[in-house]
Amino acid sequence: MPLRRLPGFLLLLVLLPGCFSNNRHQGEKLYAQHCANCHGDKGQGIGRLIPPLAGSDYLVDHRAELACLLRNGQNEVIVVNGIGYHNIMPGNKGLSPAQLTNLLNYIESHWGNEAAPRTISEVQAQMDKCH
Amino acid sequence: MTLKRLLLLPALAGTLLAPACTAPPKEAAQLPILGERDIRPRADGGPADTLATPVPAFALRDQAGQPVSNATFAGRAYLADFFFATCPGICPKLQSEMLSVFKLYPTDARLGFLSITIDPAHDSTAVLRDYAQRLGVPDANRWHFATLGDRAATFTLANRFLTGVMPDTQSPGGLAHNGTLALIDDRGYIRGAYDGMNAQEVARLKAELPLLLAEIDARKKGVAGR
Ligand code: HEC
Repeated sequence: MPLRRLPGFLLLLVLLPGCFSNNRHQGEKLYAQHCANCHGDKGQGIGRLIPPLAGSDYLVDHRAELACLLRNGQNEVIVVNGIGYHNIMPGNKGLSPAQLTNLLNYIESHWGNEAAPRTISEVQAQMDKCH
Repeated sequence: MTLKRLLLLPALAGTLLAPACTAPPKEAAQLPILGERDIRPRADGGPADTLATPVPAFALRDQAGQPVSNATFAGRAYLADFFFATCPGICPKLQSEMLSVFKLYPTDARLGFLSITIDPAHDSTAVLRDYAQRLGVPDANRWHFATLGDRAATFTLANRFLTGVMPDTQSPGGLAHNGTLALIDDRGYIRGAYDGMNAQEVARLKAELPLLLAEIDARKKGVAGR
């Protein structure tokens, strides 16, 4: 992450807890880097192997758990839009709360998804409760 | 980067990079023959000939429990790759690209599909069947998801299909491999090797496939051909 290369004031803005994270560019980049191979360029998923993010009811119904899901991964059976999936979703231990916030804001505002934007402090608080 | 490390295998690197050096085929051009070459010394002591070798004999078992061998694809072209069911790295992307080719030829008997697992200990017939169905491939005869049983032998076979693979604790899933889609002709020669992780390469595969199918059609009719 080229955080170091950002001018100081920008860095402050990004790290300032509690402010909205509008860094969509980062969310998109992180998605391409860490997620698109599996979930597809448009969040479409792959057959019944990998669930979609586009129009996923899981995103809406489990909003408060998503930060931990992205952080820790999971491979229990999961039901998305009525279809059961059972495969490996890898964890992303290296992503910071700010990065996870941007990532979630990206997937929750694309491909027909329309959730309210998250704040970093909200995501941080959820992550503090991950097992 | 694992890919870079794999490319250090000089022999493999040579074969993988070679197609990039040739000009894109023109209309009615023939695809090159890739893969291992046999060196045949010439009787007159002149420079040795190198002859392309077809892919080696293999005996696999697919998701329907049926045997799959070179004979399964006799007289037909097929597209082959290496994957494993629980692969968290490149396989989902690789398999979805192969699926996009499959969807162009869902019932065309001239072209078969073969995905070989590099994790035979885990990927039983039942696992392969579940995987195929979840990917959206109900007919095992169109696209075989197959196992050789033995891991070391699978790695050797993968190399002959221009896929580099090795155990690697740093890689997701414990195996480092690259995503080559190998296009094999009716006589077993590799006629194209495409990086399934690269959209342009997959587009090139889709553009070149009809050339090979036309060549095979022509051969069948007893017209020309190499
Ligand atoms: C190796 C493939 C893979 C990668 C990479 C991956 N996922 Fe997943 N993801 C899955 C699978 C498989 C599931 C379903 C897990 C199960 O079956 O238990 C899943 C489930 C999910 C879910 C919940 C179900 C849904 O579809 O709404 C979300 C949200 C999600 N992933 C987001 C992400 C994000 C964001 C990234 C990038 C940081 C990512 N995934 C990277 C494979 C992957």
